[in-house]
Amino acid sequence: MIQRMLASGLIAGIAAGLIAALLHFAFVQSTILLGEEYETGALVHFGASGSQEAMQGHADTEAAAVAEAAPEADGHSHDAAGETTSLERNALSVLFMVILYVSYGLILVAGFGIADAFGRKIGPIEGLLWGLAGFASFQLAPAMGLAPELPGTLAVDLDLRQLWWWSTVACTGTGIGLLAYGRHWAAFALAGALLALPHGIGAPMHEGFYGTAPPELGALFAARVLGAALVVWACLGWFAGAVWARQSLWA
Amino acid sequence: MTTQTKTIDGTKAQSALLAALFVAVLGGAMLFLAGHAQSATLHDAAHDVRHATGFPCH
Repeated sequence: MIQRMLASGLIAGIAAGLIAALLHFAFVQSTILLGEEYETGALVHFGASGSQEAMQGHADTEAAAVAEAAPEADGHSHDAAGETTSLERNALSVLFMVILYVSYGLILVAGFGIADAFGRKIGPIEGLLWGLAGFASFQLAPAMGLAPELPGTLAVDLDLRQLWWWSTVACTGTGIGLLAYGRHWAAFALAGALLALPHGIGAPMHEGFYGTAPPELGALFAARVLGAALVVWACLGWFAGAVWARQSLWA
Repeated sequence: MTTQTKTIDGTKAQSALLAALFVAVLGGAMLFLAGHAQSATLHDAAHDVRHATGFPCH
């Protein structure tokens, strides 16, 4: 059983991590780099400062957007803070994307193992549904309280946010599990309560807003993060279910 | 948990649940390292991924 879980989680996690890295560089990384330019002050959002800087900020934004279109021309321009090259930085992102989705994959197949112990068969289609549930638990529900943070976002104490993040993941995951596999109205009522609880308590956040980047950029970043995550989680679940089902044929 | 596994072999189900627990803890520990641990090296290395996957980062 352990071997079956490790194999499914690892294979699906590595494949999903590589897809995640691809989508990250296609959609998300450019918004992070642009956000960092506002964070360091290389760019200034006109709403945040005097009007004479408005045109300057706008022109710089367009210049940065153009620079992004040619990645090899970017990267070595104004990276005073970090000594790592953009190649190292991107390689680390690929590595950690794979590590992250392998860990999600292992948690997912641990769920398969529990379902299996209760006599539930898991295949690619069930895996896909589990993947969507994982997306809702690990990405969407936490994001409804703690929206994906563009660099430069000011937020409250990290420990508090991490605690809320873990609690929200646990409540949402358990809630969806009860909805899917519960057989009694009490299970559905408990599921509803668990799904609502973290949002009833509310995520820890500041009274005001102190971000340096334009709201349009933050919105684009958050939407792309969630969109990419949805695709990757769907792939992760499908792959894990497919490998899981195939191994039951061998066993 | 054990009451609901009566239809299948009890010890087999129990060892399956233990295995699932082990794999879940392993995945959770890796998730903590990749997404939450605050050592400076880990944080810097995982920085872009943490932002791009919605973790509270700083």
